[in-house]
Amino acid sequence: MDMNEIKDIFFQECEEQLAELESGLLRINDGDTDPETVNAVFRAVHSIKGGAGAFGLDDLVAFAHVFETTLDCVRSNKLQTSSELLKVMLKSADVLADLTAASRDGGSIDKSRTSVLVKELDAFAKGTPLPASAPEPVKQEAPAEPAPQATDDSGFQPVPFSFDGFEDEAEAAELPDEAIAGRSVFTVRFKPRSDLYAKGNEAVLLLRDLARLGDLQVRCDIDTLPPIDQLDPEGAYFSWLIRVETDKDEEAVRHVFEFAEWDCLIEITPGSDDEAFSAPTAAGEDQPMAPVPFDLSMLEEEPVVPAETAAAVVVPIAAARPAAVAAVEEAPLAPPSLPRAEKALAAEAEKKESAVAAVPAAPQTIRVDLDRVDRLINLVGELVINQAMLAQSVVENETGGSSAINLGLEELQQLTREIQDSVMAIRAQPVKPVFQRMGRIVREIADMTGKNVRLVTEGENTEVDKTVIDKLAEPLTHMIRNAVDHGLETPEKRAALGKNPEGILRLTAKHRSGRIVIEIADDGAGINRERVRSKAIENGLIAADSNLSDEEIDNLIFHPGFSTAEKLSDISGRGVGMDVVKRSIQQLGGRISITSKPGKGSIFTMSLPLTLAVLDGMVVTVANQTLVVPLTAIVETLQPEKQDIHAFGPTQRLIAIRDTFCPLVDVGHILNFRPDLANPIDGVALLVESEGGGQRALMVDAIQGQRQVVIKSLEANYTNVPGIAAATILGDGRVALILDVDAVVTASRGHALSSEMTLSATG
Amino acid sequence: MKKKVLTVDDSRTIRNMLLVTLTNAGFDTVQAEDGIEGLEVLEESNPDVIVTDINMPRLDGFGFIEGVRQNDRFRAIPILVLTTESDAEKKNRAREAGATGWIVKPFDPSKLIAAIERVTA
Repeated sequence: MDMNEIKDIFFQECEEQLAELESGLLRINDGDTDPETVNAVFRAVHSIKGGAGAFGLDDLVAFAHVFETTLDCVRSNKLQTSSELLKVMLKSADVLADLTAASRDGGSIDKSRTSVLVKELDAFAKGTPLPASAPEPVKQEAPAEPAPQATDDSGFQPVPFSFDGFEDEAEAAELPDEAIAGRSVFTVRFKPRSDLYAKGNEAVLLLRDLARLGDLQVRCDIDTLPPIDQLDPEGAYFSWLIRVETDKDEEAVRHVFEFAEWDCLIEITPGSDDEAFSAPTAAGEDQPMAPVPFDLSMLEEEPVVPAETAAAVVVPIAAARPAAVAAVEEAPLAPPSLPRAEKALAAEAEKKESAVAAVPAAPQTIRVDLDRVDRLINLVGELVINQAMLAQSVVENETGGSSAINLGLEELQQLTREIQDSVMAIRAQPVKPVFQRMGRIVREIADMTGKNVRLVTEGENTEVDKTVIDKLAEPLTHMIRNAVDHGLETPEKRAALGKNPEGILRLTAKHRSGRIVIEIADDGAGINRERVRSKAIENGLIAADSNLSDEEIDNLIFHPGFSTAEKLSDISGRGVGMDVVKRSIQQLGGRISITSKPGKGSIFTMSLPLTLAVLDGMVVTVANQTLVVPLTAIVETLQPEKQDIHAFGPTQRLIAIRDTFCPLVDVGHILNFRPDLANPIDGVALLVESEGGGQRALMVDAIQGQRQVVIKSLEANYTNVPGIAAATILGDGRVALILDVDAVVTASRGHALSSEMTLSATG
Repeated sequence: MKKKVLTVDDSRTIRNMLLVTLTNAGFDTVQAEDGIEGLEVLEESNPDVIVTDINMPRLDGFGFIEGVRQNDRFRAIPILVLTTESDAEKKNRAREAGATGWIVKPFDPSKLIAAIERVTA
């Protein structure tokens, strides 16, 4: 694994943390007061900051740091959550996401957004939330005294003067052995407390570390070692006097004791204290053990237990242990310097303990490269085809109706189906990430339009194929924007209507008969049918006198080129209308519909297939070719009668279906399978719905049947083939092309009636 | 003999960086994602030194260190804390909980190794 791979992992992790961050903030916004939620939010930002630091992503680190500081205040109850604070935090989460994306993909984000939020977060952290317009900090006063050098024109340059030379001389007298140039001598007095050992530090290691700096002269004072019956095996009794001769400075010497300085007495003085080294300690004569020079070679030994414990092995350790353990337990509480923090810590620890017991085991997951899953899916597709072929050849060869073969075959079929389902389940992902992204979209657009919106999501864990999820975001974003921009009223208007000023946008996902159904419901004004109707007439979509049902009017908004917004707003406009949404959903093999109640709101419902890897299709024959037509596109099939067919111009024909006329499209002719138009009476018409809501009757020669087929892309080998979406292999081993219904309909436009005229004709 | 390091960190990024750095420096590395898992892995892996993060779900670094220090088998094991900043308050709390030393994130591989070497024999 190299750094780039770790960086990829980091960005993946960021995605997860950002989702966690947003959902946590939203939960807090909804009144969740569980401290663990705040902790999780804090950790998310903290993790991003930590990783970003490792990769030198300074912008990200800087912003995450400010954000984290404010969150820390919330976490430690120094700062109360409020709706203003959460608003700022949600915005900050969005900026953090943008910064992460900018760090990953290059590019930059608007600095002013960041700096405004940094100020706001800072203000919250300091307990002084900025008023709506924050006053700029007072300008720094110009330095009152100009630098002397700058004004002094006498040419006099101050010369730095020090007494170092004298000191050196004085010291040199004391320290005869400081002869080696550039080296200095320090005297270190080091007396560990028992805490030092309790925390896993080790005097021997510290001395060894010190020895790396230069030459050591070490003396261990063992005078304080009590008689063995009074000795606490976990106590600290020794102290060391060390003379270090090094080319490093005092800071380097001090740095050696960095981890230990709290748990020992440490005194570092420049110069050598020869007296201390030569003279025995005051009590030296009376003690059974005199100070002995410390043998450095001892340092090289592998200490198994802390050195002092080793010196006292004769003491029964077991007996002394309870006291020692008690001491260790007491240790964390010893300095009562921060009583409040301590209390919080204790409370947190308690909380943790109970939380630990309650936390269920996290679901076990592994990360698998998507390519591997796709390869597996492909192979299973082959397996399905192969199984079908095998079954067919067994039937054709009539292997004597051997029950063993038939039984085996049946089991194989069942297993294959199960494997297929399981493999598809691997690709299935909850829609949650997409839904979560919508939260941000809603916030942004609510901000832009000055509306008050609350997004409620349901069924976030509904699973659907990853490809479907990836393609879901765009139409969903557009519909959400549309719902807030056009659907919901302004807070004032809502209040005037007696509604809650806060509009509700409900985003729901659920499974229904093998498809996923996603609903976007707003409690806004509903579709203004009068306006839609007049607009449609104005745009020539319908005749002025056409008589349309409410439902038909509602569906006009999906018509290409239809837009009720007077001017293209920056928000839901962007030059695309609901027709684009409809088309992208149809490309996924889905449908979209709308129901609307004036004054109560609108519901957009889209239904999508759970997977794009298999499809239910109708197998048809066209000019001796076998084609598959996606079942989702087919509204109905019919057998044309002679009296239903009407010529329209030299080459076009219409078919009468009950009381409407529908253009008849000869698939074989469009695809250039045959030069002439076939006689409709010899074939079958498939009534299909295409983009824009227009219907067409596709003429094929015969229907063979209906089956689930595995989709095989053609694009890798043949690039885009007009009129053909993909291919599949049928049970008999033949390759069949899957018809791209929309493309065929579009191709037919050139010679056929436009759908607008169809509508007039139907009206 | 190779020294064994137990790392405890909830960030996959940091876990991977630690793994790469420590493996390259010739350490045996075992990893855990939070304090609870850290205590479990500790029992079975018997490491020579522990490197732990502070902010973690389920059981944070302070709780983890206390847990290690309460364990008779491991109470003298060196524990290094990964802190994002040289925040004195956090450092002190880690120390009170029984941390041996600390490494300031973003860590530089040579400093990490030096710190580990300073606390291991």
